[in-house]
Amino acid sequence: MSDPVGILGFGGYVPRLRLSRGAAVEANGWFNRGLGSLAKGERSMANWDEDSVTMAVEAARDCLNGARPEDIAAVHLASTTLPFDDRQNAGIVAEALNLPEAIQTMDLAASQRAGTTGLIAALDRAAGTDGKTLFLAADRRRSKAASPQELQFGDGAAALLLGRGRTVADLLGSHQVAADFLDHYRGGDARFDYGWEERWIRDEGYLKIVPKTVAALLDKAGVDAAAIDHFVMPSTIAAVPAKLAKQLGIPEATVADTQFSSMGEAGAAHPLLLLAHTLERAEPGQTILLVGWGQGCDALLFRTTDALRAARPRRGIAASLEAGHTITNYNRFLAFNDLVEHEHGIRAEFQIKTPPSALYRNRDMVTGFVGGRCRSCGTVQFPRAHYCVNPNCGALDSQAPCPMAEMPATVQSWTADKLTYSPDPPTHFGMIVFAEGGRLMADMTDVDEGGVAVGMPVRMVFRVKARDADRGFTAYFWKAAPDDTRVARATD
Amino acid sequence: MAKGIKDKVVILGMGCSPFGEHWDKNADDLIVDAFTECLADAGIERTQIDAAWFATAIEEGHVGKTAVPLGVALRLPFIPITRVENACASGTEALRGAVYSVAAGAADIALAVGVEKLKDTGYGGLPQRTRGAFNDMYFANASAPGSFAQLATAYAAKHRVDPADLKRAMAQISVKSHDNGAKNPKAHLRNPITIDKVLNAPMVAEPLGLFDCCGVSDGAAAAIVTTPEIAAALGRTGDQVSIKALQLAVSNGSEASYNAWDGTYLETTRQAATRAYAEAGIDRPREAVSMIEVHDCFSITELVTMEDLYLSDEGRAWRDVLDGAFNADGRTPCQIDGGLKCFGHPVGASGLRMVYEMYLQLLGRAGERQLSSPEIGLTHNLGGWPHLNVASIAILGKL
Repeated sequence: MSDPVGILGFGGYVPRLRLSRGAAVEANGWFNRGLGSLAKGERSMANWDEDSVTMAVEAARDCLNGARPEDIAAVHLASTTLPFDDRQNAGIVAEALNLPEAIQTMDLAASQRAGTTGLIAALDRAAGTDGKTLFLAADRRRSKAASPQELQFGDGAAALLLGRGRTVADLLGSHQVAADFLDHYRGGDARFDYGWEERWIRDEGYLKIVPKTVAALLDKAGVDAAAIDHFVMPSTIAAVPAKLAKQLGIPEATVADTQFSSMGEAGAAHPLLLLAHTLERAEPGQTILLVGWGQGCDALLFRTTDALRAARPRRGIAASLEAGHTITNYNRFLAFNDLVEHEHGIRAEFQIKTPPSALYRNRDMVTGFVGGRCRSCGTVQFPRAHYCVNPNCGALDSQAPCPMAEMPATVQSWTADKLTYSPDPPTHFGMIVFAEGGRLMADMTDVDEGGVAVGMPVRMVFRVKARDADRGFTAYFWKAAPDDTRVARATD
Repeated sequence: MAKGIKDKVVILGMGCSPFGEHWDKNADDLIVDAFTECLADAGIERTQIDAAWFATAIEEGHVGKTAVPLGVALRLPFIPITRVENACASGTEALRGAVYSVAAGAADIALAVGVEKLKDTGYGGLPQRTRGAFNDMYFANASAPGSFAQLATAYAAKHRVDPADLKRAMAQISVKSHDNGAKNPKAHLRNPITIDKVLNAPMVAEPLGLFDCCGVSDGAAAAIVTTPEIAAALGRTGDQVSIKALQLAVSNGSEASYNAWDGTYLETTRQAATRAYAEAGIDRPREAVSMIEVHDCFSITELVTMEDLYLSDEGRAWRDVLDGAFNADGRTPCQIDGGLKCFGHPVGASGLRMVYEMYLQLLGRAGERQLSSPEIGLTHNLGGWPHLNVASIAILGKL
């Protein structure tokens, strides 16, 4: 019998910004007094230059932790908020990660269950092939101003590397139930969800559909409910996971925190994000039950292995949750989520058009941040060019592709520019110098006024460069962000 | 090194329109203003011009492409006209073309014209434009002040200058230029200002405030050049202003991509200055150069340029500035006409405007701001950003 299929690595990403729910309630409570019950804690909030693709890239980098496994055979991306309806989003992620081109890329969408359903399918795939699957889920959630969803939702992403071999958690089994239960839906042309009554969702939905799914799984796997060590299930209705645990005979202490108070619910990514968070804390030999919800139910059962002790994401969910920056100005949330028509000023009229032909031939540099390394003198440089930039070398056509995204760098010079148009002025940029060689006058992100200094360590992150509203295009490139392993908690 | 251009070409005449917000003028009106003065000064007929060079940088805002707009504005008789563009250094490019054609003997008399009509963009500062398909995909979202502000943060860090001291030196640069500009009837901004006003102005790009940034203006400038022999044959007597050096250095991407440049100076300016001093036969610039007009697009640009032109020691320019070395009564008067800061910056015209001031000063025609018997003037014209740019330097003196 071959090795069991399971999880080889895990990671995730919670955006740095957190909207203070209290600030949102203060702004909207006059209109909807019912929001007061949701005023505690924070929700994660994507920066203006983040979307489901960029967050998926960060989650994947967290999972891979600097490794570039050559045997990744598939990248699957699950999301209900993909930036492109018809341009494969997983393909953008794969190019940003510089994965080999002989790879299966696939988007999964259209349900909150896309994360867990996709995970089951990806594990099935991994069972039948030798290569590894990088399974990603991300959501930058949409909600109307002054809605409860605005307070319940959060933005984030998760990543799991799946396959056989040195697994940190083996799949014991899975079970799925499909039921066209409309707790909410979002029509094809609609920006926002339409939801139904919470009591009906709880009593007819969660409390009936989840138990039969889980029971069938436990039965199939021959695992007793009392033997579950971690019950991982998102729910925006606070009492539901504990109620279900009780109903199913799962010890109540095993119910994983949904992180509602720290980040809210990150849609299709949330079950996987909670799973990754659980794996950070779990011990070898423990049993994890993961439940995903959305027009039915997915249940997966994992058992952790001894390899879990050595497995570490680059930064991990716990650290990501820890290092937030609290936003108390609700207007920023409105602006970043396009919920208010802002006067952007005349400089915003100029929109950069991306020619697909130019993007395609330069895509490893633009999407993958691959520079060149001179074979003659070793100089790293961006962009790659025919002649080596080293004045003492100047060799022609000497440069091998050199991925630079993971290279540590520092700030040589910087400014906070209030003149150029930015959705989040002032825009910071500066000369970023890579320790191994190479430099770039780069946009900076996730920085606050007064937060940049010469010599500051930075890390490159894949972000939205510009949105071309006229053509519905999102242009991506890499920006410098403060080294997030050194970032402390802050409030604006 | 090639023999160079020294004393092969003289300026027969120059003209410059007032710079400013000319709401009532098109580009051709500005061209004609500058040209009319220039032609009268040269004392020749329009039809005696053999060839022309036409500089403008942001052509989509006013005249469009090609050299045709100059031919049409002046109804030139189907002569060769070359359109040149090197960003904010375009004006000096026009002069270079005209001077070289005369030196080569390809033209007896050549015209250089630079113009920019910027005040139809609807906002202050330079317009947002594409920088090329691939560049747009990775260049930072940078304004011009943001790009030059980097000089200040890098300079303060490298030379361990307290940012407050540097900010004060930068303020002194702008105060000096406003003092000078107030004496220039053609200048865009003619109001003296105080250090405190500069220090308290709104921030544009940290640490550059509003008064660290030059004006954005409409304007045109023109020069007619010929050989000393032809000038004499035309009956020109008295002092003649001669081109002693004309140099251009263009970035090759090393500042932007190779980890040698520290971001506190302009490599191009240093290269062009070294070559220009050699071409002009100047060994000791601090003693030889009587006056300068430099590319003070931002106060910090002027400050580091003092070091790049070898007029201040590295890391010392901020002190020299505060000591008044570059004031009108200082060691090397700088921006006697108000500079880009106050004369204004109609991009394509600026290089020729700088030469115009040197020309007037050398001939003793600078009016209220006339320096006492200057011998050598230097202009420094920059285009682009500190990490990717062109720098041109002209040295002028009496024949």
